[in-house]
Amino acid sequence: MKDYELFSKDTKAFIYGAQTRAVQRMLDFDFMCRKDSPSVVAMITPERGGFEKFFWGTKEVRIPRLTSIADATAQYPEADVMVNFASQRSAYDLTVEALDTDTIRTVVVIAEGVPERRERKLAAMAKAKGKWIIGPATVGGVKAGAFKIGNAAGTMQNIREAKLYRPGSVGFVSVSGGLSNEGYNVLARNTDGLNEGIAIGGDAFPGSTLLDHLLRYEKNPDVKMMVCLGELGGTAEYEIADAVKDGRLTKPLVMWVTGTCAKVLPGQVQFGHAGAKADSTAETADAKNDALREAGVIVPNSFDDYHEKIKETYERLVSEGTITPAEEFESPNIPIDYAQAVAEGLVRKPTNFISTICDESGEVHNYCGVPIDEVIGKNYGIGGVIGLLWFKKDIPTYAREFMEMVLQIIADHGPAVSGAHNTIIAARAGKDLISSLVSGLLTIGPRFGGAVNGAAEHFLYGLRSNMAPREFVAHMKLKNVRIQGIGHRLHTVENPDKRVELMIGYAKAHFHKTELLDYAQSVEQVTTQKKNNLILNVDGCIGVLLVDLLKELKFSDPEIDEMIDAGLFNALFVLGRSIGFMGHYFDQKRLKSGLYRHPLDDILYDVPERPEKVG
Amino acid sequence: MAQKGIREYDAKRLLAKAVPQYSDGKLRFDGRLVLVSPETDLAALAEEEPWLKQEKLVVKPDQLFGKRGKNKLLLVNADFDTVKAWIDERMNKQVTIEQTTGEATGTLAHFLVEPFVPHEEEYYLAFTSKRDMDVIHFSLHGGVDIEEVWDTVVTIEVPVTADPAGIDVLSHLPDIANKEAIAQFIKVLYTIYCDYYFAYLEFNPLAFSNGAVVPLDTVAKLDDTAAFQCAEKWGKIEFPKAFGSTASMEEAYIASLDEKTGASLKLTLLNPKGRVWTLVAGGGASVIYADTVVDLGYGNELANYGEYSGNPTTELTYEYTKTILDLMTRKPDPQGRPKYLLIGGGIANFTDVAKTFTGIIKALEEYKDKLRENHVKIYVRRGGPNYKEGLENMRRLGERIGVPLEVYGPETHMTRIVSLALEEAR
Repeated sequence: MKDYELFSKDTKAFIYGAQTRAVQRMLDFDFMCRKDSPSVVAMITPERGGFEKFFWGTKEVRIPRLTSIADATAQYPEADVMVNFASQRSAYDLTVEALDTDTIRTVVVIAEGVPERRERKLAAMAKAKGKWIIGPATVGGVKAGAFKIGNAAGTMQNIREAKLYRPGSVGFVSVSGGLSNEGYNVLARNTDGLNEGIAIGGDAFPGSTLLDHLLRYEKNPDVKMMVCLGELGGTAEYEIADAVKDGRLTKPLVMWVTGTCAKVLPGQVQFGHAGAKADSTAETADAKNDALREAGVIVPNSFDDYHEKIKETYERLVSEGTITPAEEFESPNIPIDYAQAVAEGLVRKPTNFISTICDESGEVHNYCGVPIDEVIGKNYGIGGVIGLLWFKKDIPTYAREFMEMVLQIIADHGPAVSGAHNTIIAARAGKDLISSLVSGLLTIGPRFGGAVNGAAEHFLYGLRSNMAPREFVAHMKLKNVRIQGIGHRLHTVENPDKRVELMIGYAKAHFHKTELLDYAQSVEQVTTQKKNNLILNVDGCIGVLLVDLLKELKFSDPEIDEMIDAGLFNALFVLGRSIGFMGHYFDQKRLKSGLYRHPLDDILYDVPERPEKVG
Repeated sequence: MAQKGIREYDAKRLLAKAVPQYSDGKLRFDGRLVLVSPETDLAALAEEEPWLKQEKLVVKPDQLFGKRGKNKLLLVNADFDTVKAWIDERMNKQVTIEQTTGEATGTLAHFLVEPFVPHEEEYYLAFTSKRDMDVIHFSLHGGVDIEEVWDTVVTIEVPVTADPAGIDVLSHLPDIANKEAIAQFIKVLYTIYCDYYFAYLEFNPLAFSNGAVVPLDTVAKLDDTAAFQCAEKWGKIEFPKAFGSTASMEEAYIASLDEKTGASLKLTLLNPKGRVWTLVAGGGASVIYADTVVDLGYGNELANYGEYSGNPTTELTYEYTKTILDLMTRKPDPQGRPKYLLIGGGIANFTDVAKTFTGIIKALEEYKDKLRENHVKIYVRRGGPNYKEGLENMRRLGERIGVPLEVYGPETHMTRIVSLALEEAR
């Protein structure tokens, strides 16, 4: 490649940063130009290696992810461009590292806000090594039909409309990246199109200047005319005027310096670009346009006839025979991305999931339609959130408080119960929080903690079948089913369970009716006649009161059955008791308890001498 | 963005901390100085800083403007009570000052107070930066407008890649007393200039008193993009606005929106009676639209400069548009002439044009009666993703609200709508 060329059809590049969209856009451009292979050989992403998939037309290809510049240059010495997407904090160090390699010749720095001293050092280092920096604070540029830097030139539609998939005769360089698309559009409409376009970036000390690129275009025989868009601030445009005067630039150059409005603006308005501020008369747009005009550059009267000057110049060069208009070329179609097709209403597809309890896709995520800030602001509490996410209802304060009371009551029941025990054993075996918690949760079922659901089910069955309490007890005995939610190891009629008393007291005070509780209590009167510890226990009480609460909240019987069926009542136990299990886990970790091994003398070993032979 | 002026107080505060550090404690830099703002309790301050009552003092406004002596805003060799009375008399007062860039009117709100140092020699010292080098300027003739004695200034050019510690200052200095100490001081200051990411640092004058260098007047700019690596060096630092630049309520509102988002929203009100209003996407394009209005001879009718970019939300474009429409339609033109709203922009890279137009359309719809009352004509030009739908939505809006509205896409030159509107105005 000639020294005036930075990019060709064979250019291979590294992308620094996990910029998958930029890479895809570069590959789409390559494909559109009918290139044989992608211009990106690797992404450099220190956080992880591996591969990333990209589309090549309709097919998919893998592009490696490497974790360091050293690795990348060792594996792909043919790559001489690095597009550096690193943040303003690390852009400098990485660019220095890239400049220090033997193989990378051009570094494009995308980040905005790189300190000026660092930019100036980069520019000086690159110059000393005969290398190139484009940027910082730029979108990059494009070599038509050959190579596109990152996100330059916008969408594929724009690339097609501006005919960037094949080279034209015009070399373009601007300060602003935002206006480069507009520039390419102007060229496509008034000339045979762009040959190469670079946005140097809006900082005061870009790594390469407008003049640096114009001098390259001057040497490049494929570039027949040059178009440039400067800006107020700095004195770079005077260097261009000087280069025209002393004959370093001879090709026709159409140029405009923006910022002529500064004279009507109050004080020192800082435009969007850091460099766009005139500190002296010489740095104003008017002075620079005058100087360029005087030097022989083709300068329009305002931006409004910029395109006309470009057109005139182009047509003159065609009529003089300097330019033979570029041949048209049919570029292959790039399939539209699914996301874009959706946005444009071109495709549809059935969804695979439905969510009716919450939505995080909007600006503020919500629980069943209540924005999260309102959930907090209006004190929904854990009870209110359960109402929203489990029942899909905005439940009243007394119901929320009841839920929370239940959760507090069942949060823990000592280390000896099966769930807590399991959690402790797992924790002592060195397992992590989740494993230990789950180990405890897995014991919840018909015998441990599962009685909430069972009790609701059993008492509802009795009540709905219109069985008198005594009849219900007899019926269950006959079926040989233990009534769930009845019986306690310690508590008796004489020594009632405080927790049960609290819940009943709350329900009596806040619910209009407690139909199922009343029924369960009349059953309890029958059972306690047999044995004084066959009382309504905590699980039973929660089960029946939840049914009463749901009725209070106007849920229908089939809805309540559906909830029992889905295990929703046990869910309250799982949720509450998880607090306790995690407490036991943390307790064991703090205590640094060692592995638990059950004592042998606590096990009855009753193994036969030999197994019975069968079959 | 990038180079920002800081208060003299902050500049001296940074240097007072840095100079001993960078010279292994060999050089001194008097750190006795206080900044007085409207909230300052001067009596309480005098308790904390006893030197205020022991020394003769110097006081001057510290609000990014120079030539304070010429503007009669400097008091030297005064005691604390005189200084206090002097400040009380001026605090919160509006003054018009003259500076090299013209006149500016603003309110005095910050004063720098420091000890008065009797001295004889007044030097000039400045550090500036160019693309490939830093330049150190030194002159024996400080305390005057340095442009007038520029031929006495010696310059030392330091390549940007050079090690500041290795530079030769001494051989460049004219023959003066204390030459070595001054050279040493300049070298230390230059190292700090680089390390602290100063973009400009000027002492005029700089005095030498009792073996220590005493900067009398200091002007400094920092490169604010280096904030992330200078957080500790700078401490809490303020970048005040230029003296006299006060924002209107609407400008302040847009600035407050701008601060809250990653997108960019800018508004400068130029002439609320002007008839040409711009609502332009993109920093580069917005300048060109304003340029073209001025270049075509309508600078006096240009009402505002502003831009929105970086994909603002619908809500933000709506608020932005509403603010402009509100300003634009407060009063019809006294001569009943039409007003022009230019909704412009180049070809967007990735911004969905239809989407950003949604907020603009909503605001226009709300203001339809006022737009009609004010005889507003609207011109639209934009390209980029989904532009066809966006432009079509605009076209339909024009019909719906009964406001004359012309719509153009990328086939039309970007600033053509400026000349169309101005031809109409003519």
